Amino acid sequence: MTDFPHTPPKQSWTFSNDINAEIRRAAATGIYDIRGGGSKRKLPHFDDLLFLGASISRYPLEGYREKCATDVWLGTRYAKKPIHLDIPVTIAGMSFGALSGPAKEALGRGASAAGTSTTTGDGGMTEEERGHSKTLVYQYLPSRYGMNPDDLRRADAIEVVVGQGAKPGGGGMLLGQKISDRVAMMRNLPKGIDQRSACRHPDWTGPDDLEIKILEIREITDWEKPIYVKVGGARPYYDTALAVKAGADVVVLDGMQGGTAATQDVFIENVGMPILACIPLAVKALQDLGMHRKVQLIVSGGIRSGADVAKAMALGADAVAIGTAALIALGDNDPALEAEYNKLGTTAGAYDDWHEGRDPAGITTQDPELYKRFDPILGGRRLKNYLKVMTLEAQTIARACGKNHLHNLEPEDLCALTIEGAAMAGVPLAGTSWIPGRNGF
Amino acid sequence: MQTFDLEAQGLRQLNTTLHALKGQTNETAWEIVNPKGAHAIAVGLDAPVDVTVRGSTGYYCAGMNKQATVRVKGSAGPGVAENMMSGTVIIDGDASQYAGATGRGGLLVIKGNASSRCGISMKGIDIVVHGNIGHMSAFMAQSGNMVVLGDAGEALGDSLYEARLFVRGSVKSLGADCIEKEMRPEHIAILADLLKRGEADHLAKPEEFKRYGSARKLYTFNIDNASSY
Repeated sequence: MTDFPHTPPKQSWTFSNDINAEIRRAAATGIYDIRGGGSKRKLPHFDDLLFLGASISRYPLEGYREKCATDVWLGTRYAKKPIHLDIPVTIAGMSFGALSGPAKEALGRGASAAGTSTTTGDGGMTEEERGHSKTLVYQYLPSRYGMNPDDLRRADAIEVVVGQGAKPGGGGMLLGQKISDRVAMMRNLPKGIDQRSACRHPDWTGPDDLEIKILEIREITDWEKPIYVKVGGARPYYDTALAVKAGADVVVLDGMQGGTAATQDVFIENVGMPILACIPLAVKALQDLGMHRKVQLIVSGGIRSGADVAKAMALGADAVAIGTAALIALGDNDPALEAEYNKLGTTAGAYDDWHEGRDPAGITTQDPELYKRFDPILGGRRLKNYLKVMTLEAQTIARACGKNHLHNLEPEDLCALTIEGAAMAGVPLAGTSWIPGRNGF
Repeated sequence: MQTFDLEAQGLRQLNTTLHALKGQTNETAWEIVNPKGAHAIAVGLDAPVDVTVRGSTGYYCAGMNKQATVRVKGSAGPGVAENMMSGTVIIDGDASQYAGATGRGGLLVIKGNASSRCGISMKGIDIVVHGNIGHMSAFMAQSGNMVVLGDAGEALGDSLYEARLFVRGSVKSLGADCIEKEMRPEHIAILADLLKRGEADHLAKPEEFKRYGSARKLYTFNIDNASSY
């Protein structure tokens, strides 16, 4: 028998092992995959941008000597009591229910120590986070779980949530496994059932109604609190413009890398735009209305480092928000727990079944045996350290660009490594003067 | 009786004045004249005072009310008494969409008809409607009681949780997971009390109503129920 050369086995790019595994899983279970977190795709991101730094035409500032301020005011348009934060990195909305009480406490401790704000989530305000958060933003959500005027009045700002980056246009589902007595009581529903979070508000639709809803909230809180409007990265130009028209003090814009406690994988990976594509459009809307810096812009979705903070701000954001990164700083997906992740059929860094409530780190769970593993004081210290490092990193870059405040960073400080990044961010491809889509080509 | 002219003095002054009232105030009776359909009238009250609005109101009248009694001598726009916590809100005329939305306590009485999505996502409020209610009323209603002396529109109680719905007239259709349930003596007692407090006991008897509630089949996601969603 002649031994001819064989064609080596070739995996299909279209029907990859991952895709085939998902087809088999769907066929076996009859239900779509639900998970936590944000998009896991490789997306155009801040990694596609670089800072140019100082040169002959621009001189840098001395590290450790010359001041580079990092503070930010939020809510200066209408609120009698705008918020002043020491650093422009805030903690994004994450619910008690999705997170344990000690995890919420740690977020409050860390953020307060670093001079920034935390945000509630679906399910209402807990004493853990109000008590430990110097500045607390209260989310006003479609489900209105736990919503009450007393908590509105004891918040420092109010965030009307229209959407989020992980699932623009989608509601949520907190599965029965995480509905403890306390969560059930706060949400006014029976223990152990799946709790739907509505996808749109029950008592308003559209920008004209939103304007009246904001008026009502302002009247109830005597015009003291900044009112944020949070949108997912869907139509950032128009959403920003409409939020401004409706009377928002602050627009919060969340790209598709932004996490969620639980939703369909198909939703996370196929709806919405990456934050890089969203920021310039939102900034353009603010500039077209003459409201840039008057209505502040907070962006989120995949912020990981001081470089990401600086890039977001150079593109025109006033501040950023972090969620997933904050959980990792607390200890989520830590390789030290690898053996326990393996027992759950996953590995550190990939664990995303937050909705099942079996988080070995004790963060995304309501199981007392698991959440008592988590030390909120240590967690808070870790988060504070991380926030401080991000701030120092952003300052390092800003000084190198000759800026004495992070807000003075500008698109002219940036270039792009990829054509996609250049087109989305609206900055030149490195080594060229080409911004794809500008000037007709 | 303190009189507040909304047209002359403005909305901000109205709510500032009403928010300043605390439990021990002697100024417990207020009337608001010239409301002219303004939005956010008497919102966020938190004192046991009586407020009478002489005319019709816009969006969110008596929103998030606590303790106060608010009477509207006219009709109310969308979202009247939304997220009410306690107290009583009485509308002499009709109410627009989302009346009593997400309300967590207290009593909302509508002496005319209520439009669509009345009691949407209600979380403990009691609602008594002397007339009819529109489509998708009590959508995702979690708890509390809704009493309708007239008819209900399409998809009543869609995706209902634990709220109780009592309808005297016809129901055009029931929403997903909403079914008619047996009226037991405890329900008659609840209904009799609500009719009395809702100023409707001279208009209807508890025995004339049917009770609707959740079949509880959609409480846990099941792919076999997907066509119901």
